[in-house]
Amino acid sequence: MKPAAFTYHRARDVDGATRLLAELGDEAKLIAGGQSLVAMMNFRLARPRHLIDIGGIDGLDHLRTDAGGALRVGALATHHAVHTAPPDRLGPGHAVIRDAMRWIGHLPIRTRGTVGGSLAHADATAEWCLLATLLDAELTARGPGGRRRIAARDFFHGYYTTALEPHEMLTEITFPRPAPHAALTEFAERQGDFATVSAAVSLDLADDGALRGGRVALGGVDALPVRVPEAEEALGSGAPPGPETFARCAEAAAAAIDPPDDANGSAHYRRTLTRTLVTRACEEAMAR
Amino acid sequence: MNGEARTPGPYDATSGEARTPAPYDATSGEAHGSAPSRPWIGASVGRREDPRLLTGRGRFTDDIHLPGMLYAQFVRSTMAHATVTAIDLDGVRQVPGVVAAFTAADLDLGDITARLDRPRSEYVPTDMPVLARDRVRYAGEPLAIVVARDPYAAEDGLEAAKVTYEPRPPVTREADALAPGAPLVHDEAPGNTLVDVSMFATEGIDTVFAEAPCVVAVEARTGRQNALPLETRGAVASWDDREEQLLLQTSSQTPHQVRTVTARCLRLDERSVRVVVPDMGGGFGQKCVVGREEIATAAAALRLDRPVKWTEDRKDALTASFLAREQHYEARAAFDADGRVLALDADIVCDMGAYSCFPFTAGIEPLMASAEMPGVYKVPAYRVRARAITTNKAPSAPYRGVSRPQYVMVMERLFERAARELGVDAVELRRRNLITEFPYTGVNNITYDPGSYREALDLCERTLRDEGWYERRAAATAEGRHLGIGYSCFSERTGYGSTAFAQRKMEVVPGYDIAEARMDTSGALVVTTGTMSHGQSHETTMAQIAADQLGLDLAKVRIHQGDTDRVGYGWGTFASRSIAVGGSAVRLAAAKLGTKLRHLAAARWGVPTEETELGRGLVRRRGDQAQYFTYEQLADIAYLKAHLLPKGLEPGLSATATFDVFNDGTFSNAAHGVVVELHEGTGQVEILRYACVEDCGVAINPKVVEGQARGGIAQGIAGVLFEQITYDDQGEPSATSFMDYKVPTAHEIPNITVAHLETPCAFTETGAKGAGEGGTIGAPAAVLNAVNDALLPTGVELDSTPVTPETVARALERTATASPRPEYTRLERTR
Repeated sequence: MKPAAFTYHRARDVDGATRLLAELGDEAKLIAGGQSLVAMMNFRLARPRHLIDIGGIDGLDHLRTDAGGALRVGALATHHAVHTAPPDRLGPGHAVIRDAMRWIGHLPIRTRGTVGGSLAHADATAEWCLLATLLDAELTARGPGGRRRIAARDFFHGYYTTALEPHEMLTEITFPRPAPHAALTEFAERQGDFATVSAAVSLDLADDGALRGGRVALGGVDALPVRVPEAEEALGSGAPPGPETFARCAEAAAAAIDPPDDANGSAHYRRTLTRTLVTRACEEAMAR
Repeated sequence: MNGEARTPGPYDATSGEARTPAPYDATSGEAHGSAPSRPWIGASVGRREDPRLLTGRGRFTDDIHLPGMLYAQFVRSTMAHATVTAIDLDGVRQVPGVVAAFTAADLDLGDITARLDRPRSEYVPTDMPVLARDRVRYAGEPLAIVVARDPYAAEDGLEAAKVTYEPRPPVTREADALAPGAPLVHDEAPGNTLVDVSMFATEGIDTVFAEAPCVVAVEARTGRQNALPLETRGAVASWDDREEQLLLQTSSQTPHQVRTVTARCLRLDERSVRVVVPDMGGGFGQKCVVGREEIATAAAALRLDRPVKWTEDRKDALTASFLAREQHYEARAAFDADGRVLALDADIVCDMGAYSCFPFTAGIEPLMASAEMPGVYKVPAYRVRARAITTNKAPSAPYRGVSRPQYVMVMERLFERAARELGVDAVELRRRNLITEFPYTGVNNITYDPGSYREALDLCERTLRDEGWYERRAAATAEGRHLGIGYSCFSERTGYGSTAFAQRKMEVVPGYDIAEARMDTSGALVVTTGTMSHGQSHETTMAQIAADQLGLDLAKVRIHQGDTDRVGYGWGTFASRSIAVGGSAVRLAAAKLGTKLRHLAAARWGVPTEETELGRGLVRRRGDQAQYFTYEQLADIAYLKAHLLPKGLEPGLSATATFDVFNDGTFSNAAHGVVVELHEGTGQVEILRYACVEDCGVAINPKVVEGQARGGIAQGIAGVLFEQITYDDQGEPSATSFMDYKVPTAHEIPNITVAHLETPCAFTETGAKGAGEGGTIGAPAAVLNAVNDALLPTGVELDSTPVTPETVARALERTATASPRPEYTRLERTR
């Protein structure tokens, strides 16, 4: 469990990092918190010849809410920084994001792991990937060709694969609108494990409390985090927000998915979990 | 002794607070004869190990760095079962940083051989080579050692090894191993059976079963587990030219056995090997057997004449180290209409993996289960067949509890099932069958010394009743929630002496222990033991025993352990033996030293020794409190003014004592009570309450006993709900990291309360019994019973472990169609 030999590079800024990526080609990997990459390197499942450390780049760990209500999170912000952010930087409209942090690994992992690293790694059960999918986030990447923005729905391609070009790096994720009635929940055998299934729900509640619709996203049921339109229909049917509507939503979600069947859980069990967790996420979202 | 437990002082069963430590009273040094008052035994003094361990100042094997040291790793088999036709290490030796690479042929070492003195029909001996030669029997088996200037280069070297295999069909499951015509793991072991023993068969037992009004059966399988010490195995080997001796610093529970086997494999005199054990981060049995890697590391160090370190990484620790616990029970029990057990019949198959471990052999699990299964119950008729089978998996070693977590679980399931059949409360059914009169000689020919089986169970049940858990369960049921209450009740043989181990017919017979007490010129005491604490707090508890015996302040006593050059032989720490056996030797050695001190003082005064007594740090003249010698004064004479010594007294102040147990050992006991809630929709098993009532005789340090109980219970919970070593069809291990091997964390382990009862042991020197394993033994049964209690309305019964959330979720899906729990009222009414 020692990595194969590699050359260590330290980038001073984003241009430097992307220039090195272009120079070194496929043999190079960016490293920030290293919480997934180093474990894979220790098993020699990943053997990059070059590591480009972006951890020292200034100005990429920001966390702020725009006047328009959008939340901008720098790629180098740690999970722990988000978890403990003061309300003036991460307000009640995005509390779902702060609260979701408690599901990520354990404290030592949260203090080192970064938002950008988690998104670029693209584990199908990662909390950031699920949040991005749920809340229509926009991801900003920079490469030799400049800057581009990628919608979350276009970003995740499958197991550990994304829309990022080899010479690009993530710099920021933007959550465009507040989601005051949203929640993320999950189930794993042990606290801190990758979820067997994770569920996130955002409800659109009118001022009079009427349910105008909502979004439902699931992790652990496919190669990438997915939205479930069938379940969202149940939230947009004009029915009052409450147990019956949430149960219908959860049932629709369980029926719509085609989850994997593996050592961590059968497809049947994942459907059971989906039913439970979507219900729970709806209730928690409603309670906000 | 009448077997009645004393409750030592006031204790609070709900908070689990230990009794208040006895304060050291300076005026209580009044001595009577040679038995001064005992302020230390029974006191929950803080662990003396803690300041260094908690501030990162411990020294573990991997912390050792020697000048010129090299780093070893092992080329391991990628096949579960194959003939090895070639091992080509030329490429390895070309890798930058690699210094050397050796195969079995290069090193020419003796095999590790562990044998039972039993006929071939009962036991087939197999040898374990240090490095595999032409045959590999599990994925991960070491084939060659690669030595490099750093650990990274060593792993680069491993990748360059070229091993040519001729695959053989792997044997990975019991059914495959026992199938007619199955491929053989060891050619000399037909039917892949290493041990097949039918130890007991009461005459007429079939008739008892045929005529009994109630017969219940349990078939249970328990998952393969890893004892999982936080500190993985490791060794640093170096040759000492001055001593002409190999120094092997290694993480071992049994340093002397490592010395014996290392000397044999390297063909050295045993005096040419010194084994030193630094701080240890756990062992749990995995380190009470001799590992192949530590010997290969020693051989490489001798060959290269350079220090060599091997540190097992977590992947190897999970896949290629010693494993345990994979067993299969088919058991039946017969009861009469009044709920009295009439007979027990068990067929036990233990999957011991590829090799026998030293010194216990593959018999460790089946022999333990056969001998002890009737446990705390008065079972009049008993029949048992137990087998050890060999498969293409990493070999088994003892793991905390050894077979007892499994057979106790099966026994307790049998009792729960019988209670349902008979319509009596399961706790009441246990009461009717518990051994309550001691000594009791069971159908298994074991004599049980006094314990508090009944009292522990009563207190445990009362604790849960008084806290209202039965009402809460009823309320939860009414709400459609699933609460369950479960118990386990068991005893655990501790303090196995040579006699008890000899009954297993091991060629190497552990049992006794040696301790030396040596006082220096300043009156401080160094006690050297043959036991080896790997987390049990012996630096504290052994010191408490010695300090008590001599009336010394605890700070004046230092415990030394884990150095084979400092004590003639020792059996180390396993089988909950250290306080019972090693602690007795410590007390005897301290007592002998006390007698020497009194001889010396008596001679100075010119009076008979009887007219002296030990006080607090001094020897007094009986009847005249004004006349005394401090230990320092006596030590000054004994070492530095030997001309003042009377004739016949030798200079110096030291004494050595041995202790052994010449009967069946001493039985600790406990009852565990557990409340769980099962969550529909996820299958999560949440433990709401865990109450342990334990009796280990005199608790030298109640806090330490509680720590042992809690840690043990955590490992028991791990086995029943979380951990399993798994393989694919080809015998490739599939749990290679903590992502897949789900060791529970602090999040998953509930608060555990521990209440103490005290039935002193009559024949250990302190009245103590062992306390190391009970927690692990009682937890699986209690948790599984609680889960089944919660599942009662579903009609589903779970007898095999681990019980996963998915299993529970599936069972709960039946809730909708199930009837409410009618048994509840009936069970309650019988009380």
